[in-house]
Amino acid sequence: MRALIDYYYAQLKNTFAIQAQYRVALIIWLIGTVLQPVIYLVVWTTVAQAGAVGGYTAGDFAAYFIVLMLVDHLTFSWIFYEFEHRVRQGALSPLLLRPLHPIHKDIADNITYKLLTLPVLLSAAVLMALAFRPAFETSGWALALFIPALLLGFAVRFVVEWTLGLAAFWTTRVSALNHLYYVAVLFLSGQIAPLSLFPEPIRVAAALLPFRWTVAFPVELLIGRLSFEAALQGLAAQLVWLVLGLLLLWRTWRAGVRRYSAVGA
Amino acid sequence: MHTDTHAIYVRDLRKNYVVSEREAGILASVRSLVRRRTRTVAAVDGISFDVAPGEVVGFLGPNGAGKTTTLKMLSGLLYPDGGELAVLGFTPSRRDRDYLRQIALVMGQRNQLAWDIPAADSFELNRAIYRIPHDEYRRTLKELDELLELGELIRKPVRNLSLGERMKCEIAAALLHRPKVLFLDEPTIGLDVTMQRRIRSFLAAYNRRFGATVLLTSHYMADVEALCRRVIVIHHGRLLFDGELSDLVQRFSPHKTIVVELEDPEADLRPYGEIVSREEGRVTLRVPKSATPVVTGRLLADLPISDLTVEDPPIEDVIEHVFSQEAVQSVP
Repeated sequence: MRALIDYYYAQLKNTFAIQAQYRVALIIWLIGTVLQPVIYLVVWTTVAQAGAVGGYTAGDFAAYFIVLMLVDHLTFSWIFYEFEHRVRQGALSPLLLRPLHPIHKDIADNITYKLLTLPVLLSAAVLMALAFRPAFETSGWALALFIPALLLGFAVRFVVEWTLGLAAFWTTRVSALNHLYYVAVLFLSGQIAPLSLFPEPIRVAAALLPFRWTVAFPVELLIGRLSFEAALQGLAAQLVWLVLGLLLLWRTWRAGVRRYSAVGA
Repeated sequence: MHTDTHAIYVRDLRKNYVVSEREAGILASVRSLVRRRTRTVAAVDGISFDVAPGEVVGFLGPNGAGKTTTLKMLSGLLYPDGGELAVLGFTPSRRDRDYLRQIALVMGQRNQLAWDIPAADSFELNRAIYRIPHDEYRRTLKELDELLELGELIRKPVRNLSLGERMKCEIAAALLHRPKVLFLDEPTIGLDVTMQRRIRSFLAAYNRRFGATVLLTSHYMADVEALCRRVIVIHHGRLLFDGELSDLVQRFSPHKTIVVELEDPEADLRPYGEIVSREEGRVTLRVPKSATPVVTGRLLADLPISDLTVEDPPIEDVIEHVFSQEAVQSVP
């Protein structure tokens, strides 16, 4: 365990040094990260001027999208993109030679990126709050449960996306799968609109799949949209998905590595 | 078991690749949408050999021979399709942590060091990954620094290093955890002659000092000549030769080459030996080794010669000869 922490510390230092050199790229990505929720926020608050939509006033929408921006950012990963390169270009080889599961590097890289960008994003959130006046109502227990919900949301999303990335061992067209996945994420994790605004079949699909539990659930929890029972049920659903996800990851990884062809020298 | 005597044990090792086949042209592209035609290529087609601890063995073969594929199976990157394989008593494809901690693979065509930061930072990372105790790490780094003459190189971002400097750092990084077995895949490719020599002498010194088993692939004969007494020749996934380099030359090329520059370009040299090439008054002859002194004497006596050189055939030619023989043998 101590050795693992030692590794994470060393990897975080290195990744920090590397990512910090790509300041311009970081800023561009951050602009994208802020822009999407801002656009939806503007649209929905405008719609809600005429009257609340599905139980959301303009202020409610503002709260929803600002918190969504932060939660989405804190739970996202880019590993799905990276796996295609790793498998098809053989960039996985150096990682496979290490006496350490490659997932640790991805976790460390992910955490580093979040640490680097969180200050900027929090500032953006503050500015958005000043501009759009969110109606923010929460309770003590919601705040307390939000932390585990956020961590679990991140864990589920990371595990699911890492496992999906392993499709690169079987198909060369991972980018297509990637696009499909992100469309699903867009709709089913509540990024276009709160899930309660969608018709029943979509809401059911989102709840049966992991999508609702990665982003929408922690957001709804924090802005006070869920009862205590619903919150606990949500946490349970997250745990179930985490366990399922880890099992799937483990089996898929073992099967995938056997198929690795280590191309490109 | 074979672990006691062998560092590396290979029996009838096989690896196949599935390659999709398609002709050029639009019609073929459309057809391939519906039906993908594939072909199975045997990259490694049943090779067997043993390596004792501390040996330095060279793998020779042209591009596509299967040497890199073999190395990747030995280091656990690829899953074999057949045969038995054991390195230090482990099955490489299981990728046990304890196994990976005792080996290293340096790939001449792929960087393992992080590009944007100094090599020293990547070394630190390796220290953490391989759980090297701090004092042991410092000692090893110091020794590698001396042997490889790293100096200030490790403090510059890797992207600012020349190819040779980068290669030195890659090799250092791979040796920080003092692997018992070192696999090197074309380590000197693209390097200038001085750097190639430097790296070869380093590897020889490292093997002497630490007794590590070294397996090296190359298509540069100079690498193999300088480092390896024992040579394994691979072609089309099959083992053609396993033994001392001198035996290889002896067995497969009992000839010498005589290059003659004639004052009379019309002279017919066929009675003297096999003509390999002829251009503007310079003729290259191939003669049996034993006949060389006699033929040389006769040439000098009979013909107006302005220059004459007797050479061993370049080992590349020997190898080519080996490969062409194999091609002949494989015809049923």
